[in-house]
Amino acid sequence: MTRLTLFNKTSLILGFAFLYIPIIILIIFSFNESKLVTVWGGFSTKWYGELMSNQGIKDAAWVTLKVAFTSSTIATFLGTIAGLVMAKFGRFRGRTLFSGMIYAPMVMPEVIIGLSLLLMFVALSIDRGVMTVTLAHITFSMCYVAVVVQSRMSSYDDSINEAALDLGCTPFKTFILITLPIIMPAVISGWLLSFTLSLDDLVIASFTSGPGSTTLPMKIYSMVRLGVTPEINAVSTILVGLVALGVVAGSFIGKKQKIN
Amino acid sequence: MKNLRKIINGRAAVIGIPYLWLLALFFFPFLIVLKISFAEPIIAIPPYTSLLEWGDSFWPTIKASLDSYLFLLDDSLYINAYLSSLKIATISTLIALVIGYAIAYSIAKAPTRWRGILLMLVILPFWTSFLIRVYAWIGILKTEGLLNLLLISLGVIDKPLTIMNTDLAVYIGIVYSYLPFMILPLYANLEKMDFSLLEAAADLGCRPFKAFWTVTIPLSLPGILAGCFLVFIPAVGEFVIPDLLGGTQTLMIGKVLWMEFFSNRDWPVASAVAIILLAILVVPIMYYQKSQEKAIS
Repeated sequence: MTRLTLFNKTSLILGFAFLYIPIIILIIFSFNESKLVTVWGGFSTKWYGELMSNQGIKDAAWVTLKVAFTSSTIATFLGTIAGLVMAKFGRFRGRTLFSGMIYAPMVMPEVIIGLSLLLMFVALSIDRGVMTVTLAHITFSMCYVAVVVQSRMSSYDDSINEAALDLGCTPFKTFILITLPIIMPAVISGWLLSFTLSLDDLVIASFTSGPGSTTLPMKIYSMVRLGVTPEINAVSTILVGLVALGVVAGSFIGKKQKIN
Repeated sequence: MKNLRKIINGRAAVIGIPYLWLLALFFFPFLIVLKISFAEPIIAIPPYTSLLEWGDSFWPTIKASLDSYLFLLDDSLYINAYLSSLKIATISTLIALVIGYAIAYSIAKAPTRWRGILLMLVILPFWTSFLIRVYAWIGILKTEGLLNLLLISLGVIDKPLTIMNTDLAVYIGIVYSYLPFMILPLYANLEKMDFSLLEAAADLGCRPFKAFWTVTIPLSLPGILAGCFLVFIPAVGEFVIPDLLGGTQTLMIGKVLWMEFFSNRDWPVASAVAIILLAILVVPIMYYQKSQEKAIS
């Protein structure tokens, strides 16, 4: 075991300070009595109360949750299949294009993905709304699920499946009864990742949404453009809290699975 | 007949479901962008001309126009925006690499029982909303913001610094937002490294710095490349960060595309901007895809 040098300790402390201080400041000032976000006017939860009476934010939050839930569920289904294909199906015609379409959306600038989807919806005269945002979110989320499942599947022991098949189990049944339970932690973390990606997305949603389907990030963005207010800090704090809860729960599921 | 059904039911169907989805909602839209980039803008719904025109003859005439591309070449705004995006993305990637390497290296050297919690501390901001993390910096960086208040009260400066609405704020925003994307692949690589190699180097009289440079860095090259691509490629087309933290003089192509589409409503030019951006990024994207596939299998 190597000991941590002074350099290691300093970089960890400074690095995590850099990553966390802005978020901590944001959370602190959501409890600020004063309307100014940089001057402390005493502890108050009034901005959370204000939030509860803001119908625009509540509507946007509801749209976002609907989109995130539907898109992450369908993306997990499609992404799990895609991950399985990538890890276990060997070579097939068009594999290069397939893996390109899985990896590219993860790094491709969001403005390109958003623009291209919007232009397609317009060309096919599909009305923009909750449905189009959901379709867009499924498409980029499924790629993340596919990669998570693929990396889990690549260390998967095929002989278990072969045993099941030898004993007369159909391939579909083998997948449901044997493979799926084993890769479940990867599937769940894929779902959680899809859910937060959908919850966070501003750019692609701005392109693909229509009237009546304003998502929470779009609402926050239009508020930010008008200026920094403690109300934005309050809604941000709630979102950060939810994500933190999800990440901790996700890692707990992963740990439990490992112990079993 | 039976064989045919077997093929359709089995392997092909499993491949087909995600394949068709991605073809329809990822690949096909690009063809439409490509098509519209060759059209001309008109005031109509949709605001562009069609490429095929059916006249009296049986075959349609193709009416492709290179106007949008010529327009991009003609106006130095666009070329400057591409160059400035590449510059901002390159510098931010290098800064993120230096900071990210120090953090990833230190986590990899930490005692095993700490690593899990340290890694979770890196992943947490990775999952937190991008928009919120960028927003958090506005309150810190603006003229009457917390950073200036702190520096003035410490007596470091007399007059507030102008950081907000400058390129510097964009650099800070990109490095901050993309840092976890740099740390995670670096850590995945460094974690597997055998640190006894460094002891061997030291035993043979190699100085720590030289050992780091000639042993650790070359061994972690795959992680360095993966991290750099994960930061560089999306940063080139970044919209939210230059829009919220950058000023009017901050030129980035993602913002230009957004403006062209939402403010100027010139769809053919917006499409041409996207096609050229894609052409610039296609090589790094393909390289990234190849390296990822190799890393997983």
